[in-house]
Amino acid sequence: MIRFLIRRILLGIFVLFGVSLITFLIARVIPSEPAARWIGPRATAEQIAAAKVELGLNQPLFMQYINYIKGLFTGDWGVSITSHQPVLKELLIFLPSSLEIILGGMLIALIVGIPLGVLTAVYKETWIDHLSRGISIGGVSIPAFWLAMILQLIFYQYLGWFPLGERVSTETALLYPIETITGSNLIDSAVQGNWVYFSDALNHSILPMLTMAAFPLGVVTRMTRSSMLEVVGEEYMRVTKAFGFSSGVRTFKYALKNAMGPTITSLGLTFAYALTTTFLIESVFTWPGLGLYTSNAILSSDYPVIMGVTIFVTAAYLIVNLLVDITLAILDPRIKVNVE
Amino acid sequence: MDLKTNITPPPSMEKIGSKSTLSNSAFLAEIRYFFKMNKLAFLGFIIIVTLILLALLAPLIIPYPNDVALETHVENKLQPPSADHWFGTDELGRDLFSRVIYGTRVSFQIGLIAIGLAVLIGIPLGLIAGYFGRWVDEVIMRISDVFLSFPPLLLSIAIAALLGPSLTNLMIAISISWWPWYTRLIRGQVVSLRERGFVEAAQAMGVPSWKVIARHILPNSMAPVIVQISMDFGSIILTAASLSFLGLGAQPPLPEWGLLINIGRNFFLTNWWYVTFPGLFIFISVMAFNLFGDGLRDYLDPKTRDS
Repeated sequence: MIRFLIRRILLGIFVLFGVSLITFLIARVIPSEPAARWIGPRATAEQIAAAKVELGLNQPLFMQYINYIKGLFTGDWGVSITSHQPVLKELLIFLPSSLEIILGGMLIALIVGIPLGVLTAVYKETWIDHLSRGISIGGVSIPAFWLAMILQLIFYQYLGWFPLGERVSTETALLYPIETITGSNLIDSAVQGNWVYFSDALNHSILPMLTMAAFPLGVVTRMTRSSMLEVVGEEYMRVTKAFGFSSGVRTFKYALKNAMGPTITSLGLTFAYALTTTFLIESVFTWPGLGLYTSNAILSSDYPVIMGVTIFVTAAYLIVNLLVDITLAILDPRIKVNVE
Repeated sequence: MDLKTNITPPPSMEKIGSKSTLSNSAFLAEIRYFFKMNKLAFLGFIIIVTLILLALLAPLIIPYPNDVALETHVENKLQPPSADHWFGTDELGRDLFSRVIYGTRVSFQIGLIAIGLAVLIGIPLGLIAGYFGRWVDEVIMRISDVFLSFPPLLLSIAIAALLGPSLTNLMIAISISWWPWYTRLIRGQVVSLRERGFVEAAQAMGVPSWKVIARHILPNSMAPVIVQISMDFGSIILTAASLSFLGLGAQPPLPEWGLLINIGRNFFLTNWWYVTFPGLFIFISVMAFNLFGDGLRDYLDPKTRDS
């Protein structure tokens, strides 16, 4: 187990170096003038030269990279060209609100997807099976940004059930303010017992969460179905039948437990997918998170932010995958044996 | 669905590699069997063929060919769907049906070029890594590992964002993030082919390496690549549309689906048709490729073949 962990962590570090090198090279190879952008539109030649020294752009490429890596480790991730704020600081400010809709979406996906996957496996080749296969393929095929707008059309414009966007309405924020503790409005307001704020924030987050749920829902349903089908065919499942256990016990206690591994793995992978999906949908919902921050940075070619986000999201992806593998190794004794 | 979780080709993929030895009628019979067993895959296939026809014939089909470019009819702006304009009109009075149908051509072109580039980078590297082995293999595969550890879509977005918004950069960005999948696939093929008798025979006769690769190894490892391309195409279309939606790919007045939705954002709440139709086309195309690809994967994977 320890050896497996060390190997995975070393591999992760190697990959992160590679990732930083790739983003660094792409950002530096582009024939643009970051120093000029830093100063603004009416920069003089002297100002640009001074900015180059300030930003370390006068040094050889290799030294620039070394400095960049040093910065990554010491928390100096560069400064946003547009806001002139440290990238890492801003990333951490925007992260919680994105995590809120990502985790909410994944929760919806699990609650709906696992039973759906089990049902399709049990009622194979019936209309239930066809319907949920449709849902699962639809979920992974639907463009998230389009789904977001269609949900807004239906639930805001036509039905008026949910607000169009933002995290909370201005009135609520003014009349029932909360203190920021975790950065997640839902958790913060619940902890402070501010239920007016909580219900308003929840109301605002339903549509973004539903949008975020589509892709993981497709994946979870599909993975649960296929691993259930595989498990049901195993020898021990026939034994449980011979022992006369009811089909409910057999399905949920014996089959589902062993079929959860692939579902957990796939959910870990969808987490990274969800992080990038926020780039597409947060601007639709004017949801002030990592995604809106990134899409604004893209529009204004804010290189330090784009590089920072890329490294941040990739690191998150690697860490989540590592955690998933560890969880699996703990849950499933068969994997542990293979490792040691 | 394309999480790339299961990229190593199932062993039975090699079967396809030896398809060329099957007679034509046996091949057709196998295709017929495949579609009979996978009705959803057949549906996907029919949609794909329809979309390809739309893409090819777009200039002949669309009712208002001039609306694809900058022509404007402001007096007709933002009209709901009608007999004259099946999908309504946009803020400049252009026919959205013409623009969306032409968009099929744009999206398929982008997809083909992007995947073509990815294959052009990926295959030679995979051939070299698999054929020469040892440190060459090690270096190429570790580099591709790094590329593969980016979350899907993120690398394309980052590269396109850093290169600047244009259609060419979009295709470059997509191909840079996709090549390692093909390198890995081809390498696996080559490693298994390298030990085969006909390759060893050619080497023993003193045929130069490049000739062995070009004549004996490459043709025998193409089939899984074609299968993989058909599975990837949907994701590529979705990625391209997503990048254009972010403002990174196609630029106006090109009627690219993602770009149409990006512009339509400003109008869609009161003009529902503006984003609905382009999005529906993205959705249907991606779904068609996923249905077809899923069926193909199930069919090729012996574990699920009989399920």
